[in-house]
Amino acid sequence: MTITDPTPNSFRNQPDERGHFGQFGGRYVAETLMPLVLDLEREYRAAQQDPAFAAQFDDLLEHYVGRPSPLYYAERLTEEVRKNAPAGKGAQIWFKRDELNHTGAHKINNCIGQILLAIRMGKTRIIAETGAGQHGVATATVCARFGLPCFIYMGAKDIERQQPNVFRMRLLGAEVIPVTSGAGTLKDAMNEGLRDWVANVHDTFYIIGTAAGPHPYPELVRDFQSVIGKEARAQMLSRINRLPDLLVAAIGGGSNAIGLFHPFLDDKEVAMLGIEAAGHGLEKEHAASLAGGRPGVLHGNKTYLLQDDDGQIAEAHSISAGLDYPGIGPEHSWLKEIGRVRYDSVTDTEALAAFQLLCRTEGIIPALEPAHAIAAVEREAKKMNRDQIILANLCGRGDKDIFTVAEALGTSI
Amino acid sequence: MTRISAAFSKSHPALVAFITAGDGDTTANLDALVAGGADVIELGMPFTDPMADGPAIQEANIRSLNAGTKTTDIFALATAFRKRHPDTPLVLMGYANPMTIRGGDWFASECNKAGVDGVICVDIPPEEDPELGPALRNAGIDLIRLATPTTDATRLPTVLNGASGFLYYVSVAGITGLQVAAQTSIDEAVARLKVHTDLPIAVGFGVRTPEQAANIARVADGVVVGSAIVELVAEHGTSAAGPVRDYVASLKQVIVAARKV
Repeated sequence: MTITDPTPNSFRNQPDERGHFGQFGGRYVAETLMPLVLDLEREYRAAQQDPAFAAQFDDLLEHYVGRPSPLYYAERLTEEVRKNAPAGKGAQIWFKRDELNHTGAHKINNCIGQILLAIRMGKTRIIAETGAGQHGVATATVCARFGLPCFIYMGAKDIERQQPNVFRMRLLGAEVIPVTSGAGTLKDAMNEGLRDWVANVHDTFYIIGTAAGPHPYPELVRDFQSVIGKEARAQMLSRINRLPDLLVAAIGGGSNAIGLFHPFLDDKEVAMLGIEAAGHGLEKEHAASLAGGRPGVLHGNKTYLLQDDDGQIAEAHSISAGLDYPGIGPEHSWLKEIGRVRYDSVTDTEALAAFQLLCRTEGIIPALEPAHAIAAVEREAKKMNRDQIILANLCGRGDKDIFTVAEALGTSI
Repeated sequence: MTRISAAFSKSHPALVAFITAGDGDTTANLDALVAGGADVIELGMPFTDPMADGPAIQEANIRSLNAGTKTTDIFALATAFRKRHPDTPLVLMGYANPMTIRGGDWFASECNKAGVDGVICVDIPPEEDPELGPALRNAGIDLIRLATPTTDATRLPTVLNGASGFLYYVSVAGITGLQVAAQTSIDEAVARLKVHTDLPIAVGFGVRTPEQAANIARVADGVVVGSAIVELVAEHGTSAAGPVRDYVASLKQVIVAARKV
C-alpha cells in the first residue's frame, strides 16, 4: 500500500477531518461505539505513517492474494459488441481481473488491510456482515490465516441463495449466524453486526465489507481497495502508454468501484461510470440508491438511501445478493453530486444476458455483480469509437452464482 | 422551570418509562404510564433499522410500522397527550433518519408545536450535532445525550457540551433489554458522572425488576425502564393498559421508597 498524496483542488483529498465527503459520510453511531470509532481513526492514521504496515500489506497482497491481478484485453467480446454497433463504433474492452484473486473477488484486498489494523489494535475477535458471501468468505479467510475467531452475520434469504459460500465460510472455521429480522438480506445483516459490535466493543473488530459505515471506514476501505486502480493505471500506461477513456464498475456499497476510480479521479480525460442494480426495473423493485433514493442516515453514514417520505428504509432488490442493499458508500454520493462520476443502472435481465455473453465470448464466468458492469460496457462501447478504450472491473468470479443463474434461466443443476 | 426539570426536582428519583409509538393502543398505554406514576415518558419513534435495540423493541418497531404508523401520527399522539397531561414531560426517542429526513428545523418545530419536551437520538453523537442539535436548542427542546460505559473522562465534556434536560446513562455496552449491569459499576459510573455535570442522571438498559429499580434509585436521579414495558404491550396487545399501569406502579412504589431508608 502506498499513501495517497493529494494535491490541492483534487478530487482525491476527501473526506475532511470529520469524515465528511461534502454533505455525506460522517459518524452517525451510538455513543457506545463512538470512542471505538475514534480509536480506529487514530490507529489508521498511525498505520498510514508506518512503513512496516504498508510492507506487510503489500507482501500479503502479492504472495497470499496473488496481486497484481492481470489487465486483460477482451478481444472476442470487443468483436462481438462491434457486430451490433454502428460503423466505426465499438470501443476496445479491457478488464481488470480481480476475480482471479484468492477467494475469487476484490473483497480480500480490504480484509487483509482491516485484519492488520485489528491486530495492531489488539482485538481478538472478528465480526463481519455479508450479502453475496464474498466478503464473508474473504473475512473468514483472513481470520483463518491469522488465527482469530470469526463470526459472520448473513441474512437468512442470502444464506439460502448463496449456499456454496456459506459452506466455504464454515470450512474456513467461521461461524455463520443467520439473520431473520427485516427481509433477511445485507441491510439486516449489517444491523446485527452493529448490535454485536456495540455489545462487544472491548475485544471485537468489525470488518466492514464495503466503502460505507461510520468514518473512517469509507476512507480506509477505499484506500485498501485503491490497489485495483493504482495497478490498473500503471498497467495501462505500461501496456499501451495511455489511460482508458472510460472506467466502468458495478456498485452495491461501491468498494470495487471506488477502488478502481479513486486513483484516476484527477485524470480529467478519464470518464467514469458506476452501475447500480435496477433489479426488476427502476419503476419496480430495485437496489439503485442514487437513481431512486435521496440523502439520509443509515449504518453510520449519511448517503443516498432507498426510503419513504418518513425516512423508513425500503427493501432493495437485485438478483445479485452483493448489490442488494438500499444504500451506497458516501463518496459515491459525493462524486455523483459534484458530477465527477456518472451513474446508471442495469436490470436483472440485462445482467443475466451479459453474464452469458462473457461466458461464451471470453471463457470467463463472472459474478452477477460485475455482470451488471459488463451489460453497461456493452451499451457504452457501441456509442464509442473503435480507438477508444473502456476498462471495467471484473471484481468477482461467478462460481458462487451458478445456482441462482440456473434458476433464473429455468434450468435445474 | 421546564417540565423535565420539575420532574427531576421531586422528593424522589424519577421513573422514566418507555413505549414505542403506534404499538398497541398507544393513547391508552400513555395514560397507563401516567396513572402508574411515570415521572417522564419516552415515546419511541419506530424505525425500520433500530441498530441499538434488542429483540423486544425491534419487534415493537416492526409491529408499529406494519400497522402503518407515520411520523405525523406520532406528533398527533404527542399533541393529544399534552392536552390530557399538561405536566408530564414527554421525550421522543429514536434514530437520526426519521428525525432529520425533513430537516432538523422541521422536526424541532413539530416537537415544539406538539408540546414535546426533549429528544433522544440514538445515532447522532456530539460529532454530528449540527444535524439536529442547533434546531432543537433554537426551538427550546432539550437534547438529551447518552453516556455509556465507553464514555471516559476525556470524552465526557464533549458529550455534555450542548446536552440538556437530563443525562441518560446507558449502563451496559450493548443493545436494549438484554444484559443487566452490575450494581457496583452503576454506582461508580453515577458518581463519576456527577463530578462533571449538574444535569440529573437517569440510568437505563436492562432494568426490569423492582429490586434493580430500587438499587439504581438509591444512587441516580432517575431510572429508565423500556423493554419490560414493551414486552407487556407485546403480550397483551390492545388491552395492555391495565398490566402496564400495574407494572409501572410496582416500580414507582420501590423507587419512592428507595431514598426513605
